[in-house]
Amino acid sequence: MNNVKRLQMQGISKSYPGCKANDNISLEIGHGEIHALLGENGAGKSTLMKVLYGVVKPDQGVILFNGEAVEINQPADARALGIGMVFQHFSLFETLTVKENIELALGKQAGNSSTLAQRIRDISHKYQMPLDPNRRVATLSTGERQRVEIVRCLLLDIQLLILDEPTSVLTPQEVDALFITLKKLSDEGCSILFISHKLHEVAEICSAATILRGGKVSGHCNPKQQTPDAMARMMVGDGVEINHQTRRTYTHSAYLKVTNLSKAASSSFDIALNNISLTVNKGEILGIAGVAGNGQEALLKALSGETTDKTAQSIFIEQTCINALSPMQRRRMGVAFVPEERLGRGAVPEMDLAENALLTSFDFGLVNKGFLQWRKVVALTQNIIQKYKVKTPNTHTHAASLSGGNLQKFIIGREVEQQPKLLLMSHPTWGVDIGAQVAIHQAILDLRDKGCAVLVISEDLDELYKISDRLCAICDGQLSPILPTDDLALPQLGRWMAGDFMTEQQNREEAA
Amino acid sequence: MLKIEARAQPSKHWAYFSPILAVVLTLITGAILFSSLGQNPVEALYIFFISPIEDWYGISELLVKCIPILLCAYGLSLCYRASVWNIGAEGQLLMGGLIGSAMALQFVHSDSIWAMPLTLLAGILGGAAWAGIAAFLKLKMNSNEILVTIMLNYIALNLLVWAVHGPLKDPQGFNFPESALFAQSTILPVLFEGTRLHLGLVFVLLALAIIWVFVSKTFIGFQIRVLGMDKAAAKMAGFSQNKLSALVLLVCGGLAGLAGASEVSGPIGQLVPSISPGYGYAAIIVAFLGRLHPLGITLAGLLMALIFMGGEMAQISLALPSAITGIFQGLILFYLLSSDVLIRYRIKIKLPPINSVKKRVYPTQTEAQ
Repeated sequence: MNNVKRLQMQGISKSYPGCKANDNISLEIGHGEIHALLGENGAGKSTLMKVLYGVVKPDQGVILFNGEAVEINQPADARALGIGMVFQHFSLFETLTVKENIELALGKQAGNSSTLAQRIRDISHKYQMPLDPNRRVATLSTGERQRVEIVRCLLLDIQLLILDEPTSVLTPQEVDALFITLKKLSDEGCSILFISHKLHEVAEICSAATILRGGKVSGHCNPKQQTPDAMARMMVGDGVEINHQTRRTYTHSAYLKVTNLSKAASSSFDIALNNISLTVNKGEILGIAGVAGNGQEALLKALSGETTDKTAQSIFIEQTCINALSPMQRRRMGVAFVPEERLGRGAVPEMDLAENALLTSFDFGLVNKGFLQWRKVVALTQNIIQKYKVKTPNTHTHAASLSGGNLQKFIIGREVEQQPKLLLMSHPTWGVDIGAQVAIHQAILDLRDKGCAVLVISEDLDELYKISDRLCAICDGQLSPILPTDDLALPQLGRWMAGDFMTEQQNREEAA
Repeated sequence: MLKIEARAQPSKHWAYFSPILAVVLTLITGAILFSSLGQNPVEALYIFFISPIEDWYGISELLVKCIPILLCAYGLSLCYRASVWNIGAEGQLLMGGLIGSAMALQFVHSDSIWAMPLTLLAGILGGAAWAGIAAFLKLKMNSNEILVTIMLNYIALNLLVWAVHGPLKDPQGFNFPESALFAQSTILPVLFEGTRLHLGLVFVLLALAIIWVFVSKTFIGFQIRVLGMDKAAAKMAGFSQNKLSALVLLVCGGLAGLAGASEVSGPIGQLVPSISPGYGYAAIIVAFLGRLHPLGITLAGLLMALIFMGGEMAQISLALPSAITGIFQGLILFYLLSSDVLIRYRIKIKLPPINSVKKRVYPTQTEAQ
């Protein structure tokens, strides 16, 4: 029996109009193996997983589970076989309890309702994922929500667990806890398919890896025996520069100064900002780490001017208070802004690239007495496309039809070309392939070296450690102390992301 | 097997072809409708769609009819581009007619050259003020402009009816609910001898050119389009949603008011209780049928005017009820919305697969377990 693989996918192909997402992909996972599926965004990982979980039907190919050919037409079929999946974006109802959510998702498969709570407790205890079945999901942290999803899979007799980028939403400590659970599962014979692009994590827990590039398998390897660079090379192909070294700068001339910025939550799903103070100096990059939903969005909106406050005086550019200024007035002072959502905020999906270039560059000679200078708009667009290597047929392509990485290069190029004095960015390389990542980081660093003050909010700690000159964390609407990046060790940052600095501050205040 | 499948990109061809398909489907349905009413469908469609414009006078009447429709529709297209759902062109038109008449009645015994311009200006201000109420409520009270503008339509209609029965009633009019006839100095001049085609046509052509340039060539027009497509992006870029929403409502109200004033000081020549057979509502259909583009709207407006005239002909020649006009308007909007599916989706005829996964023999679910 042991020479039969847990899962064999053979020759899987799936085409969408205009692209071949999976091209003859084969994948094998043994019993109790933690198998990594690596690849950049758009490499075909998600499509392959959707095929396996019955969300998408392949055009061609065979799936063998425990040696027998199976047809998986819907997620319920997959679950019946013993395949569980934890998606990157959780599908939980905030207003229901843990138990109710699990019951709702599993339907009849949840079994006897009266014993369910106890079973949840048993399983979460057994795999060291403490979870109270009667807590409301709204009160859970992101890490705890992920546990709900995993426990939901484990309640069924599971043989293969698929995790889609499970660590992207966790603090470093939560990642360690997750890995303990995964190792225990694998010891019991459960196979795990671990989708990620964080190579050091893959090296830590996976014993085999399949690497996808452009919809095809580009290599297999044992991550424990490969260097991260070699794996990255298989992911991106030859000819892309992968560079880890960046120079830190230390400057002292403050450009943006925030003192005791507070803002009440506007709805029950909003986070209140509590006494945030920070400075961003000219020619430096300040990084703010944090798990999503801890007030990053509210802070950015307050800084960009998307929310204004006519009474407060807490945000200053040099000596000018800007709390009451509209986004356009702030832009005219030299503020540029790259929001988290590329489509539907950073760019208008149904407008072409030229129109999207105009969207924020209107003050740079593109409008004359209220009339648009289309020739200049197109010239600027072509300049951005060439300079930032945006892959697009022409300037009349809709923003929506560009890949995430290409659109982000375009948006960042648009903002950087305005030569701003202050650049605000949220998740600048989220979901962007390594090639584009390198280009985007270089553009930010070049801008910094010209004296621009840059503020980057991100969940990607690798990115923050790579480009930030100073670093801090945000948790529950409060900001940790700010330290030079090289003086802030990862475990310390992790504790700050979990809110440790609040008690530290309290202790200090009580001591004083 | 027929299957609806998403397109990789919205089809440009179908964006233009869909209104044409909608018109064709409307004609086919119309033919079926006529024959089920015992009419010869070809003859009935001929009477409905061809006979009104068989001669030059018919065409001039078509243009007269399309003047108020087009003025309203150009204004509405601006609102809809900004995703401001103004349904109130009818009320704005009526208020333009009412306020314009109030001004015109100051000049009943005057041949001042200011009579006509002031009447039109009063109409524009009346319509804009009526839209301004909706703008104020939307911006300050966050009320839904769809509901507010619809309700304002009824208020406008009742104000107008009250005015012709009361303060604006002709003292020498034997108690008929009509105002006095406007003085010749107020009446819009006729452009061609022997027709009723008046100066309003020039306003239409001006509005066409100005709106076209405004939307496609000016920065404010660009801001309006961004606001309509993506509010978050407009906010990110720093465009003022409040100012833009107010602007499109006021411009639309002004154009609709001009339409109303042009009707009372044009073909009607006095204020009567029914100055519009629903031009403001028809303009909504026209704006969408014309893809919110000034040229498309112009063509759609001509078609809509033809439906109004065809409806009248059908009443006279075929003894059909006046509801026939509304039926055709509804049909065309219904088919347009249905045909628009083809812009984003395509219909695929799927033949049974010849060489695919299905051909392989799978054990059934239960066997696999």
